[in-house]
Amino acid sequence: MKRLLPYPSLTLVLWLTWLLLNGFSVGHALLGLILAVVLPLGTRPFWPQVPLVRDRMGLLRFVLRVAKDILIANMAVAVKVLGPVKDLQPGFVEVPLDLRDRFAITVLTSTVSLTPGTVSADVSEDRTRLLVHALHVEDPAALVAEIKQRYEGPIKEIFEC
Amino acid sequence: MDVLIEWLVAIFVVVGGIFALIGSIGLARLPDFYTRLHGPTKATTLGVGGTIIASLLFFSWQERGLQLHEVLITLFLFITAPVSAHMLAKAAMHRDLKRMKGTQGEPWKQ
Repeated sequence: MKRLLPYPSLTLVLWLTWLLLNGFSVGHALLGLILAVVLPLGTRPFWPQVPLVRDRMGLLRFVLRVAKDILIANMAVAVKVLGPVKDLQPGFVEVPLDLRDRFAITVLTSTVSLTPGTVSADVSEDRTRLLVHALHVEDPAALVAEIKQRYEGPIKEIFEC
Repeated sequence: MDVLIEWLVAIFVVVGGIFALIGSIGLARLPDFYTRLHGPTKATTLGVGGTIIASLLFFSWQERGLQLHEVLITLFLFITAPVSAHMLAKAAMHRDLKRMKGTQGEPWKQ
C-alpha cells in the first residue's frame, strides 16, 4: 500500500482537484483516480519530506487567523497606499527562525507574503534567518515579535518539528 | 431571496474591484521596486478573493448547485503568488535596485 500510495493525502487532493475541474461523473472519477495514483509516483523524487500535521484543529485555527489578518491588514495597507507616499517607512527586517524543516519554513514565508504589508524576500543559506520587507514599519523589533508569535509559533505546533 | 443574492454578489464584486484597483494604484504610486511589490499581494488576496466569492455565489445560485471551480483558483493563487513575489524580491536584491529614501535595514548580498 505504501509503495502504491506514497502520499495518500496528495492523491486525495489531486483526485478532488480533477473532479472539481471536470465535474462529478463516473468516467471522470475513474480517470481522476488513475491520475491521482500515477502522478505522485512519477513525481516522487521531487517531493521534499513533508512533516506530519500533528494538530489538525490548530491548522484550522491558523488558517482562520491568517484569513482574518489578511482582511485587516488589507484595509491598513490600502490606507497607506492611498495616503502620502513620503510618510511611508519601508524597511528590511531580519527574523531569526526557530523552524528547521524546509516545508514548515515555506509555509511561514508564504504566510508572511500573503498577509499584506510584508513580503518575505529571502531565507538565509543555512535556514536560520528570514529577510522580510515591510511596506511600513515603525518598530522593527515589534514586527519580528509579531511574526514569531502569531505565525511561527502556531506552525511549530502544527507540524512535528 | 433573489434580491438578497444579487445584493451580496454586487457587494463582493465591488469590494473585490476596489481592492484590485488599490493594488494597481499602489503599483503606480509607490516609489521603489520593493514597495511596489506589495501592490500585487493585495490584489491577489482581497481583490481576487472578493471577485471569486461573488462568482461562487452567482453561479451556485444560477445553476442551483454548489459550484466549486473558484475554490481551485483561490488555492492555486495562494500557492503561486508568494513564490513569485519571493523570486521578484530576490532578483531585485541581486540587481541591487535602489531603495526609497528612509528605508530601514539592508537587503542581503546575493
